Amino acid sequence: MAWLVANFSEVLSLAGLHLYQSVVPLLISVLIAVPLAQLARMNKTLRGLLLSAGSILYTVPSLALFVILPVILGTRILDMANVMVALVIYAVALLLRSTLDALESVDDGIRQAAVAMGYKPFMRFLTVDLPLSVPVLFAGLRVVSVSNISLVSVGALLGIGSLGSLFTDGLKRDFVTEIVIGIIGTLLLALLMDAFLVLAQRLLTPWLRNDGGLTKATAESNSDDEPAVVSA
Amino acid sequence: MSVPALVEEYSSDNPLVQGYEWLMNPMHWQGPEGIPLRALEHLGYTALTLSIAVAIAVPIGLYVGHTGRGRVVVISLAGVLRALPTLGMLTLFVLLAGLGLMPPIWALVLLAVPPILAGTYAGISAVSKDTVDAARSMGMTEPQILFRVEVPNGLPVILGGFRAGVLQVVATVAVVAYINLGGLGRFLIDGLSVSDYGRVLGGAVVIAALAICLDIVLAGIQRLAVSPGLKAPRRQRGDSPTGRETITAGVQGGNS
Amino acid sequence: MAVSDARISLPDSGTSTPQVDAASAAPAAGSGTRPMIEFNSITKRYLENQPAVENLSMTIDKGAITVFVGPSGCGKTTSLRMINRMVEPTSGTITVDGKDVSTIPAASLRRSMGYVMQSAGLLPHRTVTDNVATVLRLNKVPRAQARHRAEELLDVVGLSARMGKRYPSQLSGGQQQRVGVARALAADPPVLLMDEPFSAVDPVVRAELQQELLRLQRDLAKTIVFVTHDIDEATVLGDKVAVFATGGRLAQYAAAEEILRAPVDDFVANFVGRDRGFRHLAFSTADSVPIHPVRTATESERGQRSAQQSRPPSDAAGWVLAVDDAHRPLGWISPADGSALLPGGSLFHEGQTLRRALDAVLSSPAGLGVAVDDAGSVTGVVKAPEVLAAIENARRQREGGL
Repeated sequence: MAWLVANFSEVLSLAGLHLYQSVVPLLISVLIAVPLAQLARMNKTLRGLLLSAGSILYTVPSLALFVILPVILGTRILDMANVMVALVIYAVALLLRSTLDALESVDDGIRQAAVAMGYKPFMRFLTVDLPLSVPVLFAGLRVVSVSNISLVSVGALLGIGSLGSLFTDGLKRDFVTEIVIGIIGTLLLALLMDAFLVLAQRLLTPWLRNDGGLTKATAESNSDDEPAVVSA
Repeated sequence: MSVPALVEEYSSDNPLVQGYEWLMNPMHWQGPEGIPLRALEHLGYTALTLSIAVAIAVPIGLYVGHTGRGRVVVISLAGVLRALPTLGMLTLFVLLAGLGLMPPIWALVLLAVPPILAGTYAGISAVSKDTVDAARSMGMTEPQILFRVEVPNGLPVILGGFRAGVLQVVATVAVVAYINLGGLGRFLIDGLSVSDYGRVLGGAVVIAALAICLDIVLAGIQRLAVSPGLKAPRRQRGDSPTGRETITAGVQGGNS
Repeated sequence: MAVSDARISLPDSGTSTPQVDAASAAPAAGSGTRPMIEFNSITKRYLENQPAVENLSMTIDKGAITVFVGPSGCGKTTSLRMINRMVEPTSGTITVDGKDVSTIPAASLRRSMGYVMQSAGLLPHRTVTDNVATVLRLNKVPRAQARHRAEELLDVVGLSARMGKRYPSQLSGGQQQRVGVARALAADPPVLLMDEPFSAVDPVVRAELQQELLRLQRDLAKTIVFVTHDIDEATVLGDKVAVFATGGRLAQYAAAEEILRAPVDDFVANFVGRDRGFRHLAFSTADSVPIHPVRTATESERGQRSAQQSRPPSDAAGWVLAVDDAHRPLGWISPADGSALLPGGSLFHEGQTLRRALDAVLSSPAGLGVAVDDAGSVTGVVKAPEVLAAIENARRQREGGL
């Protein structure tokens, strides 16, 4: 505890770096994945190609990607950009699939209705397809956000600053407290991000807020002899 | 542990060329520190980790999936485990339990349990209630229902979770080289420490190739193991060319 | 399958299915029937709620089809599922063939009964043959023997042997239900429990499956308990019908004919519906309705007539029935417009019920119901006043008989 108090400002700045390295890729990956998913939906060949490429890239281990990227990008090996680009790649690979599923899950009847009302394709995408796929998109984002925060610490092995630095430093100095604080800090960041995403989704999808009642009603009308008229 | 061999001689400063030359050097494909043995070590750690993780996660997943009991506990536990930074657990376990094989393996087990557990649970509980009801009405006992109906029908998702777990472990075994274990990660960590980027890059390519090959093999096994009745036409949507099921996207927690 | 040729004239009740006899017998348990399943003061309560089934006592006859019918939430499915202990009663006992089911281990009890459910409930990961063989395999019958029996059963339910290699998802809904029935019959159980087995298929297929079930039952004479929410299905299939009221009360338990003719209370009368008088006609044969000759014209004859531009000679009604070369009906030619072919109404097969006869008359543009024989050839027409007279006659007979 005393160590934390003494080094609070440094821990805080490492946490800031950590957050920065995980949040920026998250935002960029959404900007890339959503248009890509829409393109993939329109072209079957492209769809197969993108999904295959995504799942192969997703398979490449992070540490390997962290050291390969500087060679390809021409960055220095200590550059934060390597970690962030790697995270963007993983996030896009994952979001592409879930966004595609999300867009395809939009009821075709709704889409037809939008066309019938005179929406042009781009407006329809922005105002109908995209909002309706927000729940699935956010489910993907929550997975990405947790894995990003965990992955950023691996960058510490290359000397890139983050809460992961507390792990390498703690090991070097044989100092458990520092590692434990690093772990707790990382968990807190993950929790914080998750809470933020849940909140953001609620704000973006006001029509889902009373979903409790809806699912309950369908569950009850389901079966014939289950205690049918429970409510009231 | 292992003292790196003499510093490499490369014909160029370009790391790409260096990596290529390192990979092509026959010296690196033999001996106790050659690529094949390191790859075997890597696979050995992976297999050990996964055996332990499967032994823990599958029974729990089957129980929770079949009975529906403890669902909330398992889901939230898997969520917390997924958020744990593996590097942190690795260093913590080493500091607490000392060097050696098992402390890092346990850290890896923590990483492998969530996808396998979630996959097993999700696979079992996604089997249609009607199917289970029909099996029960025919006079199957509960173990028969679980192993003859729920497991075969949940297999695509269960194996999807397993695949995700394997990928994460293979990727993260590279990190255990940091605390003096073998495996392909040695090339990365040792190469970095002596600024031998040819070795770093070559090692990274080998790790990536190993992970991709393993995933392809697992995809093949998944295809063979799953009953053709579960892939029959009906719904075409969401069919992926790689065969990875949609649900696994939610099951996976990313690479590390 | 055997009845596919009867598509346009699917009877609401078979020509002379056994249920007519059973129905016309005295409603009290006849001397010939033996009880197979008995409910003794069965109550089922879920948690604190009102009972799903309340104090149910009834006897189900051996070798007959007993239908549980009622609206949603009336406890009919719960009652069915208590027979093979898929649901355990809160109080009371159920005996099957004299044995209290609660003393038999649930799994082996279930293996001794066939069970068919609404969604067919086939195991998606097994082929059709293996699905049918499931219970046999559970009973430790050797695999080859089980498969052989399964293939026989596919034939019994009207599926070709090559269907056996398919997976359930490759079958239509009707085919899946047939497999479900075959599976339930596999171990040759004396009791068959059927939970709304035909309600998820379209009406044409449903009628086919109903006839198929009646045909099977004539050969097999199982004790069948059948749950449905469809009163028509109940009266077609049921030797006896148990009408359940909301809240798990048994409102009336009697022969189908009696339920339609004499509902005990407003609930049953309402449930049976406005058309119960019409439906009840399905329980009287139309043998007494005379069949009159009718003017027919084959295609070539019609061609000649239009070539001559002559109006057909006017007989009583002036309508001419167009037929094909095998003398099967094609449609009516109106006396007003000799060239147009008006589609005919439903067909009345000789030996069918008054309900079919009346419907044939009412649905025909000519007001004449077309009667056909088993081969589908026209034998003549029935006329509305005579059908009505026969209906009145049947009523008088019933009253005299009571």
